Amino acid sequence: MTELLLTAENIGLTIRGNPILHNVNLRVAAGEIVALIGPNGAGKSTLVRVLLGLLRPDSGRVWSRPGLRIGYMPQRLALDGTLPLSVQRFVTLGTPAARARVQAVLAEVGAAHVLDSPVQAVSGGELQRVMLARALLREPDLLVLDEPIQGVDLNGQYELYDLIGGLRRTHGCGMLMVSHELHLVMATTDHVLCLNRHVCCSGHPDHVARDPAYLDLFGIDGARRLAVYHHHHNHHHDLHGAVMPDLPLPSASGGEGSHRPFVEQDHG
Amino acid sequence: MDDFLARALLGGVGVALAAGPLGAFIVWRRMAYFGDTLAHSGLLGIVLGTVLNLNLQLGVAITCLVVALVLVLLQRQRRLATDTLLGILAHTTLSLGLVALAFLETVRVDLTAYLFGDILAIGPIDLYWIWGGALLALGALAGLWRPLLAITVHEELAQVEGVPVFPVRLAFMLLVAIVIAVAMKVVGILLITSLLIIPAAAARRFARSPEGMALLASGLGCAAVGLGLWASLRWDTPAGPSVVLAAAFLFVLSSMVPGRSWR
Repeated sequence: MTELLLTAENIGLTIRGNPILHNVNLRVAAGEIVALIGPNGAGKSTLVRVLLGLLRPDSGRVWSRPGLRIGYMPQRLALDGTLPLSVQRFVTLGTPAARARVQAVLAEVGAAHVLDSPVQAVSGGELQRVMLARALLREPDLLVLDEPIQGVDLNGQYELYDLIGGLRRTHGCGMLMVSHELHLVMATTDHVLCLNRHVCCSGHPDHVARDPAYLDLFGIDGARRLAVYHHHHNHHHDLHGAVMPDLPLPSASGGEGSHRPFVEQDHG
Repeated sequence: MDDFLARALLGGVGVALAAGPLGAFIVWRRMAYFGDTLAHSGLLGIVLGTVLNLNLQLGVAITCLVVALVLVLLQRQRRLATDTLLGILAHTTLSLGLVALAFLETVRVDLTAYLFGDILAIGPIDLYWIWGGALLALGALAGLWRPLLAITVHEELAQVEGVPVFPVRLAFMLLVAIVIAVAMKVVGILLITSLLIIPAAAARRFARSPEGMALLASGLGCAAVGLGLWASLRWDTPAGPSVVLAAAFLFVLSSMVPGRSWR
């Protein structure tokens, strides 16, 4: 059996009375790519923050292999315009490295040309690559990528996913990737976790794509795109994305606004 | 040069040197209002120092630090936005300081000197405190530089990369408290933030690196002190506000110089 990098057991978290995560289990093994998908407001980023130790869950536990090196690519970077910081400085903030090494890592992600640009001056797609380079510079055992294709145009999205998919081969690291769309991550992913405050379904992408819970979660658009079959399952989701149990479950209604599948929304 | 003038210049330069790099961080971290709030609580520190028979600058530094800690605790509750909390703290502590001062009947206090500074009255002992505090703050900041820069750019990313975020933030607040305490004599608690922010803002257009901006801010701060003191002597204007005006003048000048823009 492959070595485990990170596990989470029965994670539960309630923020200001809103249940955000309920009984979530997850594991990432060495060299494995795990995708965390779900609609906006499903708690994906919250779960990532719990896994990274940035947020304490109310219940459950997170274990990581001792000495695990994590390369983290956050969802966004809000850098004040008054801070004069070149891309090179930004990339080496977490890991000191010689210029040649920084250049090599930037070249690997296709962003060598911005080495000396101010961080504030690079485009959205370039910034994603620069942040990926910073994560790679740590030579991580595990890469955690939170919505890595945000702010990238459609062609760039596929390019970036190809790049990310190739990293497992070139760097041998495990990967946990957050996305709100399955079809983009399918090609490279070993294991998909479909999250909507709890794990709706999980497994191989092909399996998840046909899972009724997934189809239910992502609505008609998602269903049209992928093979369909229906059978009975134990819950459905209301217009707010909250879990409406067919069996009695702890209440999971929350005031998070409506979730429209496949529509990009601002979520922090 | 007269003794008092030499001491004023020396004291002002000491403060400006430390205020430059620290002010740069305050600008990058968008903490201007935070600095202002700490400074407002300085008057309470004067009272504390007088009552406890402490050095006044020590009293101010301690009070600023306590206020900073109270703010951190209140922020954790997440009931109110930070700027609202800062507004409440700033004016509550300032008023508390003014009221408490009124109770100290035995002590005659020159309120204007504390509110707007009394740079021409800097004595030899004050100089020791100013330079001691400034060098301490600069040394500590140099040691903190890298982790502080990392959490300024992205706090959670820095934490994942192993930066002890909370201790670093706390240490930074301590440094701000120290600089406020030593700057009080120069520009007074109501004007301290300007000495932190204006030189840093003026340095922005010419800087290519964080370090460059910090050094340039120190230099511009020193220039503002010299210029302000000169203007104060020339036209017999209040010294503290004159220094602030000189800094503002340099800022306006810097924004008129044609130059590269980073954006």
